[in-house]
Amino acid sequence: MKTIRRILKFGGLVVLLIFTSASCSDSNDEQISTQATPTFNFIHDWDSQSVTSSDFNNIQFTNENGEMLSIERLRYVISDFTFRTAAGEELVLDDYNLVDLTNSNGLSYTIENQIPVGNYTNVSFTFGLDNEDNAENYIDLNSASFNVPDMLGGGYHYMQFDGKYLDTNANEQGFNYHAIRAVDNPGANPTFPQDTFFTVNLGAITITNSTEIEVKVNLAEWFKSPNRWDLNELNQMLMPNSSAQIKMFENGQSVFSLGLVAESIDN
Amino acid sequence: MQLRYLYISLIVLLFLNCSNEDTGYEPTAQPLDIPELFLDNIVAPIIPSDNPQTIEGVALGKRLFFDRILSSDGTKACASCHSPQTAFSDNSATSIGVDDIAGNRNSMPLFNLAWNYSERFAWDGKELSLERQAEEPVQNPIEMHSNWDAVVERLQGHPEYPELFDRAFKTATITKELTTKALAQFERTLISANSKFDRYSMGEATLSAQELNGLDIFLREDKGDCFHCHGNPNNPLWTNNDFHNNGLDATFTDLGLGAVTGDPNDNGKFRSPSLRNLAYTAPFMHDGRFATLDDVINHYSEGLQNSTTIDPLMKQINQGGVQLTTQEKADLKAFLLSLSDSSFISNPNFQN
Repeated sequence: MKTIRRILKFGGLVVLLIFTSASCSDSNDEQISTQATPTFNFIHDWDSQSVTSSDFNNIQFTNENGEMLSIERLRYVISDFTFRTAAGEELVLDDYNLVDLTNSNGLSYTIENQIPVGNYTNVSFTFGLDNEDNAENYIDLNSASFNVPDMLGGGYHYMQFDGKYLDTNANEQGFNYHAIRAVDNPGANPTFPQDTFFTVNLGAITITNSTEIEVKVNLAEWFKSPNRWDLNELNQMLMPNSSAQIKMFENGQSVFSLGLVAESIDN
Repeated sequence: MQLRYLYISLIVLLFLNCSNEDTGYEPTAQPLDIPELFLDNIVAPIIPSDNPQTIEGVALGKRLFFDRILSSDGTKACASCHSPQTAFSDNSATSIGVDDIAGNRNSMPLFNLAWNYSERFAWDGKELSLERQAEEPVQNPIEMHSNWDAVVERLQGHPEYPELFDRAFKTATITKELTTKALAQFERTLISANSKFDRYSMGEATLSAQELNGLDIFLREDKGDCFHCHGNPNNPLWTNNDFHNNGLDATFTDLGLGAVTGDPNDNGKFRSPSLRNLAYTAPFMHDGRFATLDDVINHYSEGLQNSTTIDPLMKQINQGGVQLTTQEKADLKAFLLSLSDSSFISNPNFQN
């Protein structure tokens, strides 16, 4: 389920004018052709090796630190898809999508509100939920048991990435790479050392009536840079570990990138 | 003249025998009474479009649920293993069927079933809807050991059931499909949302210090870390209805989900049960191996068994589990019991 609670944090007037103009047009065809609902397709890989749910549960990936690992569960939230116009105004869609690679749900997300076709100097989204959105009550994320306990600040996981790795004795051990809002002093009055959601900039994209935007997600990057992740050191109980959360935030910056931008074959 | 009366009588009889199929009659809709706590926090329940809830369908389903007519020898009803007093479970490790043979699974409690969004029912997820689930126990040789043709024949020949089906489904012709639809309608009405913790969530009750500490242990990733599989105060189902190997065995005699999917990565995985109503549903786990809630907590604290498919959410497996202190176990238990809903097991709508 996806909801849009508000549209157009900025540039609302511009879009309102465009909507108004479109609605006054004599031609329905023209109205359709000036608006679009682009689709984002999330394609996962491990350093160029494709990853789907069929690759789960087998220890077949090696991280930067040399540990072999498997993926057993992967789901994460992305939100606030944003389109910056040539005039510098931003159309911010206040929506979100739970990408669940485990069950192959949410891998393709079509924005629910139309935006004008045209050239955008940057398209971006948020990994996780910004603090305002994270304070909302989302019944679909509740139903997916994606919550973060109140004593850790509440809200939702940004990502749940579970699997197993081979420790230094070649024994399988579980890891729970769970990204949340970094928190200190868990309890009734937790504090937050820094924000750990982040913006993913995909760059300039031309949006037409049927644009499909491929977002490449290199899962190996979560373990790579700038913090070479040692699963023997950081494996479980990372939610209350604010320094681990900040490392996830830093490593996440290079996980997402723009892939192919294409026209849907249906149009 | 006599012949004329005979004709008229025949016509009247024919008319009386007509089902409701052509009379414009419609069963009365009876939407689920969704608790406010659920409305506010979780996605709407799943009601199949071809089996809407009706007063007549629910009433028929309830009667069928408690009727031994479904079993081969008339000795067992659904309620024999799913009794209201035990939150629609029973108190034996594995239930005994009509031939006095025990099955290999613990009777699952029945409540809040319409909120199982994946619609995979039973411990191993082999039943892909509530309607389809209702088919299985009737024909299972260890459970009711009946067959559906015989059941339908018995129901059809019953003095009251054809009329009850007619009211529920506008046809007096009884089928397996209509029988399971009625059972599913009744089962969807089994809603539990009035535990002490529910009232606490609604601002209508206060938890004790021990219960609150138990909640803290339940939610802490470095303590119980129960919430990843069993919900949280924002997910009042208290289960994710997903499948996990929770470290019961190093080797498997029951493959669980793996036997259903054929995927060895699913071996030893079973559906997370809800933590509601634990006060009434002992013994625990898919095979009823744990007699008490203390046994369950001890398992997660120091009894975990490693295996290739153990869930990575299981922690400190080498030490046997999360190593709770005696006091922490007592607190966790107190919290868990606050999820039990006495009004559910005494609800007159759910009694025979």
